[in-house]
Amino acid sequence: MLILILRRIGNMLLIMLAVSLVLFLLLEINGDAVAAKVLGAFSTDEQRRLWLAANGYDDPLYTRYFRWLSGFLTGNLGESITFQAPVAEVLWPRLQNTIVLGALTMAVVIPLSLTLGVIAGMRESSVTDRVISIGSVLTTSVPEFATAVFLSAIFVFLLGWLPGTSAMINGFDPVQLILPVAVLVIYDFGYVTRMTRASMAEVMTTNYIRTAILKGLPFRRVITRHALRNALIAPFTVIMLQINWLLSGVIVVEFFFGYKGFGSLLLEASLNQDIFVIEACTMIAVFVAVTTQTLADIGYGFLNPRIRFQ
Amino acid sequence: MSVAEDRHSPAVSAFGQAMRSFTLLRESLVAMIGTGIVVFWASVAIFAPVIAPFTGTEIVVPFAMPGDVAPDGRVFWLGTDALGRDVLSRVIWGSRTVLLYAPLATFAAYALGIVMGVAAGYLRGWVDTALSFVSNAILSFPVMVLYVIIITSVGASALNIVLAVTFASGPGIMRIVRGLVLDLRNREYVAAAQTRGEGAWYIMLIEILPNARGPLIVDVCLRLGYVTITIGALGFLGLGLPPPNPDWGGMVSENRAFATVFPHMVIFPCIAISSFVLGLNLLADGLREISLRD
Repeated sequence: MLILILRRIGNMLLIMLAVSLVLFLLLEINGDAVAAKVLGAFSTDEQRRLWLAANGYDDPLYTRYFRWLSGFLTGNLGESITFQAPVAEVLWPRLQNTIVLGALTMAVVIPLSLTLGVIAGMRESSVTDRVISIGSVLTTSVPEFATAVFLSAIFVFLLGWLPGTSAMINGFDPVQLILPVAVLVIYDFGYVTRMTRASMAEVMTTNYIRTAILKGLPFRRVITRHALRNALIAPFTVIMLQINWLLSGVIVVEFFFGYKGFGSLLLEASLNQDIFVIEACTMIAVFVAVTTQTLADIGYGFLNPRIRFQ
Repeated sequence: MSVAEDRHSPAVSAFGQAMRSFTLLRESLVAMIGTGIVVFWASVAIFAPVIAPFTGTEIVVPFAMPGDVAPDGRVFWLGTDALGRDVLSRVIWGSRTVLLYAPLATFAAYALGIVMGVAAGYLRGWVDTALSFVSNAILSFPVMVLYVIIITSVGASALNIVLAVTFASGPGIMRIVRGLVLDLRNREYVAAAQTRGEGAWYIMLIEILPNARGPLIVDVCLRLGYVTITIGALGFLGLGLPPPNPDWGGMVSENRAFATVFPHMVIFPCIAISSFVLGLNLLADGLREISLRD
C-alpha cells in the first residue's frame, strides 16, 4: 500500500514536471516573442533587447527553465501584462471565487447523483431506472452554454426571477450563484449518476446480495447494510475525476455569466496572450487535476479491501 | 457482438453485414431514436441548399421576431439575428459545419489514437512506457484548458480545431485501444500470423484491430457527441470558425448580448446542438445495450 502511494506521488510529480517543460517550451522558447508580448507590439527592438537582458533571457534555455521552475515553486509567478500587477495578486481572488462555485456544485452533485444512481441501480430496468437513465443521458447531451441559454431564457427572460449575470459588482451576492451552479450541476450529475447506477446494478447481481435477500432480510436493510458499501467504491473515483471536468466547465460557465473566476481569467489571459498568467493558471489547473487523480487512485486502494490487503 | 467470436468472413458481403447491423439496431428503441435524430441532421446538412429559405449569410432585416415576413414575402420562421440574417437558415447551414468538422476531427483523433494504442499494446516495452507517459501528461490537462491554450496560441481556424481535437482526444482513444489490444494479442490467430511471418504492423492493423471494433464503435458515437460539444463550446467562447460561416456555437456567441431581449437568436442553435448530441448519445447507449445482450 505504501509503495503504491509513493509510486502514485512520484508519477504525479513526474507528470507535473513534464507538463511544466512543455508549457515552458510552448510559451517561452522564443524570447523575442515574449518581449513583444510584454512590451507591446509598438516597442522598438532596442527596448526589447534591453528587457530581455534585464530579465535574464540571454542565458541558455535550461538555466532559464530552472529559474522559471524555482520561481514557480517559491510563488514568484511573474507580472501580469494586462493587469499590471503580480500574477499571484490577480490569481488568488479569482481562484477563491471558483472554489466557491466548484464547492457548491459538488455539494449538490454528490448527494444528488449518488441517490439517483443507487435508486436506479437498485432495481435494474424498472420504470424509475429508465426515467433516471434517460434523464441523465439527456442532461449530459446538452452543452453547458446551451443549458445556460435555456435556463436564462426561463428564469431571466420569461419569469424574471434571477439575474442574468454573476459579475458580483456590488459585492458578493449568493443569488447570482444560482444559475452558474445549476448549469454545472445539470451538466455534471448525469455521468456520476450513470456510473453509480452501473456499480450498484453490478453489486445487485452478486451472490452475497442474493443470499441476503433469500435469507429474508428486509430489502431496505440489504441495500443499506450490504449493497451500498461495495457499490459506492467506484463512484468515489468518478467523483474525484469529475473535478477535472468541472475545471473545463468552469471556463464556459464563468464566461457566460461574467463571473470573475479562475476560468474566465484563463480565457482572458489566453486571448490577450498574457503569458505569465496563462502559465500560472495552467499549472494550477493541471496541479488540481493530477492531485485529484492521484487521490482517486490512493483512495480507491484504501476503500477497496481487495487492493488494500494485497 | 462479442469481440472474440466476431471474425472476418469474406463470404458475408458488405451489404449483408449492413443489413444485419440494422436488424440488430431495431431491437433497441433507444438506438432507433438516436439513429433517427442523427439521420435527420445528416439529411438537413446534405439538403441545406434546398431546404434553407435564405443563404444564411445574406443580411435581410435585423431583429425580426419568429414568424415575421421579409420584404419579398418569405417568412422568418425562427426570426433573424442582430445582423439581420435568418436564424432558421443559419441553423440549417450550421449543421454542415458541425457534421463536417466533428466527424473529421473525431476520425483524425481515432487515426492517431489507434496507431498509438495498437503500437503500445502490441509492442509493449519502452514504446508502451513512452506512449503511456505522453498520453497521461496530455490527459492530466482539464480538456477545455488545453483547447483554450492551443487555439489561442495557434489561432482559430477549421484546421487548427481539428488538430487540437486530435491532439487532445488521441490519448484517450489510445488508452482504450491499448487495453483491448493487450487482451487480444495472445489469441491464436495472432500467433498464427506471427508464425506465417507477417510484419508487426500487418498483425496490428489487419489481425488485431478489426476484432477490437465492438467497444470502439460505441466509443466513436460518444466521442463524436463530445467533440460536437467541444466545437460548439469553442465557437461560443469566440474561438471557433471565423465568421461569417454559420456554426451553432458561434451563433450563440454573436448574439449573446441580445439574448435577454431576443432569446430566439440563441435558443434555436442551442436546441440544434443539444438534439444532435442527444441523438449520438442515445445511439451509443442503444449499441452498448445490444452488444451486452448477445
